[in-house]
Amino acid sequence: MSVAHLIKSFTLWEFVKAHALTLKYFFKPKVTINYPFEKNALSPRFRGEHALRRYPNGEERCIACKLCEAVCPAQAITIESEPRSDGSRRTTRYDIDMTKCIYCGFCQEACPVDAVVEGPNFEYATETREELLYDKAKLLANGDKWERAIAANLEADAPYR
Amino acid sequence: MTDFFISLGMDAGWAFFVASLAGVLLIAFPLMLAVAIVIYCDRKIWAAINLRRGPNVVGPFGILQSFADGLKVFLQETIIPSASNKGIFILAPIITFTVALLAWAVIPFDAGVVLADINVGLLYILAISSLSVYGVTMAGWASNSKYPFFSAMRAAAQMISYEVSIGFILVCVVLYAGTFNLTGIVEAQRGHGLGIVNGYWFNILLFPMWVMFFISALAETQRVPFDLTEAESELVAGYQTEYSSMAFALFWLGEYANILLMCALNTLLFFGGWLPPVDWEPLYAVPGFIWFFAKTFFFFFMFSWVMATVPRYRYDQLMRLGWKVFLPLSLVFVFLISGWLMLTRYGGAA
Repeated sequence: MSVAHLIKSFTLWEFVKAHALTLKYFFKPKVTINYPFEKNALSPRFRGEHALRRYPNGEERCIACKLCEAVCPAQAITIESEPRSDGSRRTTRYDIDMTKCIYCGFCQEACPVDAVVEGPNFEYATETREELLYDKAKLLANGDKWERAIAANLEADAPYR
Repeated sequence: MTDFFISLGMDAGWAFFVASLAGVLLIAFPLMLAVAIVIYCDRKIWAAINLRRGPNVVGPFGILQSFADGLKVFLQETIIPSASNKGIFILAPIITFTVALLAWAVIPFDAGVVLADINVGLLYILAISSLSVYGVTMAGWASNSKYPFFSAMRAAAQMISYEVSIGFILVCVVLYAGTFNLTGIVEAQRGHGLGIVNGYWFNILLFPMWVMFFISALAETQRVPFDLTEAESELVAGYQTEYSSMAFALFWLGEYANILLMCALNTLLFFGGWLPPVDWEPLYAVPGFIWFFAKTFFFFFMFSWVMATVPRYRYDQLMRLGWKVFLPLSLVFVFLISGWLMLTRYGGAA
């Protein structure tokens, strides 16, 4: 043990240095976002809560091709369909089990008509598990609620696809 | 205060009883309030050093966070494991909490403002703080679960190791002050350093003692970097693992009351208690208890500061520091200080 080392260990030099450093950090501005009152910027590609979109005339986009159901790696999507009275093929059931979903975004990649999308909303915690088993009505309501944001995000991301 | 109750028309015995009870409540309730605030400050300081915000939602600046936590804990169910020894299991947090409060009886908050001004106050504190290991050991043993048990073993060994060197450090202070009475010790520090600095820290022989006392106090209260009894990566939550609800809250209150006690002792033994930092007339205009609380809080800040800075010690490092560094060093200093006092104060070789 050298003399310098002895002096350093008896004067607790390393501890003094470390505490000087942490005291400097004590007065630095905080990096944490003040979450419920202040939120981070989200990428247009952010994959949050799912939504089923409609055309501007109110017609639902989904044509029940079931590509999303097929591609879903977590098998969270269940679709049943039959021809509507006007002859077009529509879903009678479109369920997403949000507790199974892994938010990979394959469903929106697979969708030929941009019907199912993952919107920018990430604050949809519920008190019961059942509330997270989304049905078609809930997904369409989400689409109506978030349409402006979703459309803006899709447009912003379109040049890179 | 006894005189006040006598003047209300009580006889002396009753007046003494009521006055003591009032004194106990006057210390215990503000102490619990202080613990709640101090837990909040602890989290805030730790957060600030980590560049986080800490609790900031409940009440202005989150200051009511501890009370919200207390309410939550209070409303929870107390779970007593079926394999535990129920009597001891329930007794352990009660002992921890009671013992943490007991020591405050001899702490002087200002000149003469002390519940029990006994002439062996320091010995009393030493005795009480040795008792606090019982709560932890009993909790670990009665839980009948392996991690609390490991934690209790560690706590017992750790607290006993560091009490030895704390004892020698206190001997140094007592040698200088010439009394075990805490009020007397504080009064002896008036103008100790060069006739102006109030406090034993301004003394080349006692300053190393203060550093060792501070570090031993960290170990004694099981704070980071000596929180091996609660090392969450190894022992879940240590001896508290099986506890829930109010029993858990009592452990927390007791732990922080002990930390505050150690901060208060740092203040009283080395930094001149309720005296201003320097012996200068205008500073005495500030009431003594404000100096006392300010100094105590400063030491609490240092406790939090250390917690946010230093990583946890390994168990063998902890034992090495206690037995192979602090014990011989404090012994050497007892020798040096008694020799120095013999030469300077008591007139050379007897």
